[in-house]
Amino acid sequence: MECVFGLVGDGFALIAADTSAVHSILVHKSNEDKIMILDSHKLLGASGEGGDRVQFTEYIQKNVHLYQFRNGIPLTTAAAANFTRGELAIALRKNPYFVNILLAGYDKDIGPSLYHIDYIATLHKIEKGAFGYGSYFSLSMMDRHYHSRMSLEEAIDLADKCIMEIRSRLVVAPPNFVIKIVDKDGAREYAWRESIKDAGVATA
Amino acid sequence: MKLDTSGLESFAPLSAPIDDLCPDLSAPPTFDLPRSADFDGFQKDAIQMVKPAKGTTTLAFIFKEGVMVAADSRASMGGYILGPGLYYVDSEGGRLKGTRFSVGSGSPYAYGVLDNGYRYDMSIEEAAELARRAIYHATFRDAASGGVASVYYVGPSGWKKLSGDDVGELHFRYYPVAPSPTEQEMSELSPA
Repeated sequence: MECVFGLVGDGFALIAADTSAVHSILVHKSNEDKIMILDSHKLLGASGEGGDRVQFTEYIQKNVHLYQFRNGIPLTTAAAANFTRGELAIALRKNPYFVNILLAGYDKDIGPSLYHIDYIATLHKIEKGAFGYGSYFSLSMMDRHYHSRMSLEEAIDLADKCIMEIRSRLVVAPPNFVIKIVDKDGAREYAWRESIKDAGVATA
Repeated sequence: MKLDTSGLESFAPLSAPIDDLCPDLSAPPTFDLPRSADFDGFQKDAIQMVKPAKGTTTLAFIFKEGVMVAADSRASMGGYILGPGLYYVDSEGGRLKGTRFSVGSGSPYAYGVLDNGYRYDMSIEEAAELARRAIYHATFRDAASGGVASVYYVGPSGWKKLSGDDVGELHFRYYPVAPSPTEQEMSELSPA
């Protein structure tokens, strides 16, 4: 029931993901952040089972950092996407990772871009995309309302529409979502959309 | 008995070791072997000891005073506690950071009681009672959980075992049996 979707707007890219960590019928956590900040200008939204999501995305993050340490310059979004696809492809015939990934990035001379990488190492550069059962609702929603060079307000509005549709139509829909964006100023968290607040540690 | 593994090294260290910080780096790497007549058997036993048996109920949560940990006695714990935080780690490589977790076959039952009674600002006694109660309720409903409910507190000065109660005794403590009039008549009649 994990949902990840994303789109490219005017000078930015956006990824939204649900935040529930589930084990069969149990929800272990409802504020688990599945959109990793890969580096200053890259986001990696991942959905997948068991330990694969955390282990694989952390592995990619460390290797992206290592490239920057060794060479003094960061990877481009396209290079990071192809590296990720390559690692999935290598593992595929031995010990595949069951993780689906949306990789969003901003490059200085290219602008924003979004890549769709599924668990059998398919790679596509896309304008909008989604994974999981939520994709049945968010893809058609985005097809209907998306246009290229959307403003941030329009894109967040579209993301909210998708979230509301998932919440109302998907059986066992995840209650909470997180939205992150990446633009020329970097990758950052934009907002949470919570309908269930975890009684967590009080902020001191 | 020390095992010299220098023969396994295939390359020199990347940089010269900082001698005052790690004086042992230049010595060949070794580790102690256990003094045992049957090393293979010992290895097998060691692996079996840490294999998490899944029929169990364990839980842990963070609150104002620190971390409370509780488990039934049927199997080893599935949670790993780190500093002021709490992590759930499983054998599939999953890792979650959070404030409340329960693991095992009885965990759904424990979650219900735990979530309902949880407040961040509880005293240590209240938190211990919540943990104990949650384990008790899970052992009541889950056939694969039971025995003794152990409760541990982890605070700034370390961990401390707070209690270890047999869940059968806990049952009658929480739900005492009042003798009915018929039972009382029978017990009065019996000497006759």
